[in-house]
Amino acid sequence: MAKALEYRDVSFSYGEESAFRMEHLNFSVEEGEFVAVLGHNGSGKSTLARLANGLLVPDGGEVAVFGTTVTQKNLFDIRRQVGIVFQNPDSQAVASIVEDDVAFGAENVGLPREEIGERIEFALRAVGMEEYRTATVSRLSGGQKQRVAIAGVLALRPKIMILDESTAMLDPRGRREIVEVVKELNKREGITVLLITHFMEEALLCSRAVVMNRGEIVMQDTPEGIFRRGEELVTYNLALPRIGEICNRLRAGGMEVPYTLGVDALAEEIAKCVS
Amino acid sequence: MRIVAEHLSYTYNADSPFATKALDDISLTIEEGEFFGIIGHTGSGKSTFVQHLNGLLRLPSSLKRGKKKDPAVLTVGEFDLTSRKTNFRALRRQVGMVFQYPENQLFAETVFEDVAFGYKNFAEKKPEADEVARAVREALEEVGLDYGEVKGMSPFDLSGGQKRRVAIAGVIVTKPEILVLDEPAAGLDPLGKREVMELLHRLREHWCKTVVVVSHDMDEIAENCTHVAVFAEGKVKKVLPPAELFPHAEELLSLGLDIPLTAKLVLALRKRGMEIDCDYTVEDFVKKVLAQKGEKC
Repeated sequence: MAKALEYRDVSFSYGEESAFRMEHLNFSVEEGEFVAVLGHNGSGKSTLARLANGLLVPDGGEVAVFGTTVTQKNLFDIRRQVGIVFQNPDSQAVASIVEDDVAFGAENVGLPREEIGERIEFALRAVGMEEYRTATVSRLSGGQKQRVAIAGVLALRPKIMILDESTAMLDPRGRREIVEVVKELNKREGITVLLITHFMEEALLCSRAVVMNRGEIVMQDTPEGIFRRGEELVTYNLALPRIGEICNRLRAGGMEVPYTLGVDALAEEIAKCVS
Repeated sequence: MRIVAEHLSYTYNADSPFATKALDDISLTIEEGEFFGIIGHTGSGKSTFVQHLNGLLRLPSSLKRGKKKDPAVLTVGEFDLTSRKTNFRALRRQVGMVFQYPENQLFAETVFEDVAFGYKNFAEKKPEADEVARAVREALEEVGLDYGEVKGMSPFDLSGGQKRRVAIAGVIVTKPEILVLDEPAAGLDPLGKREVMELLHRLREHWCKTVVVVSHDMDEIAENCTHVAVFAEGKVKKVLPPAELFPHAEELLSLGLDIPLTAKLVLALRKRGMEIDCDYTVEDFVKKVLAQKGEKC
């Protein structure tokens, strides 16, 4: 079976003047996977996202979505399958009312009216915003705005969803909201998710995590596996959240607590080991 | 240089209907060589206090209001800040002040010019070019930047973490004895935070003598400080080393303050019948937990 997303020998640069280079990158994502892409600023994670639906075109190699190579000709179809949610909650809304905003993409591809209605309902329910259907977008919190942005993408029923630092501008609570919504969509709807972030803790919900540095994929493992190599992460300008560091040190001292990033959860694990 | 404050009060907009008492008869001593932490809720008076340290807020207004029998005292080393004759320029060269998000104050066309500004500004007489260059080089290297690489760059082309380093270099370039920083690690990612704190330790070891940090980040405080002063409602509620302060975790929470992760874990473990007697650094916490490890794990 074809992979959901496949980068074959992809090379890319932003022109001569840019120091950034991606060279011969090979990477693939299976259908239904939930993959975290971690990396510091400038590591190439957003480039990876934008290559997936033809916002950027590789200089060499190719990107395939469910076996179909992304070309200028099939962009329209590819983008219905690959939806991207971006970083800034304030720059993605196109309408002032929530339901109009969610409908925009679906209207744009020419769906019949009744179906659009159903899809809005589905999408808003999926992100837990059904009560805000007629609310004003500008009055929502950052986390709510990002959920509306996700709903707008969902209304197109994409098979792959990419969150390009979609939580970066949110507070911890807003971040949790988004990651939980996406996790749920992955589980219930089987949507393949690429979660691009520099918050290490978000990776723990994923089935696989990759770390990028200077346009290369430098680590690929389960989230636990990545966390275990905490010191190596520093060389890629990433650091574990403090509680992850405590887990690592306890484990190094022979107390095999699982990686848990909640205070109570970790205390529970420690207590188990002690009693 | 030792910092001594006694009976210090300060009221904003005094003699107006908007008068707000920011400091209410506080007394506090910061010894030379300390890594001193100041914590407190917004509006607790901590910024008002640190702004007194280099004379940004002047005492006379507070003096007038002090009770006659308990006159306000504020000395920084030899400088008596209650005196009108104080040489504030000399004081400010000794007490470097790094404000919140100092990178927003970068202004020059090149990193070199930005850092050189402070040096020239505080020099007694116009310094020679090579003297300025030497001082700028030292300051930039001290904050961990490559002088040759960054000196000609626009500060605005640097990354966030680098900008903050340049801003700190612009303050330490006069070799102040005391360095005061307001939220030095705010807004940085975990790695950036770690790097800034390591830098402050390095500075305290061989560049400045005393570091005073105002911070909301209790993890930083627990990990780094020799003493912590807790400000609330214009008063100093406590001055203790972190190891003795954080056993009062519940009191801090009731003041609307956060507590370090280690203190949260200590409380959560206590609920589960486990007592961890640690100094609240990650290292000691882990050691004490491991000491209680059973056979099962």
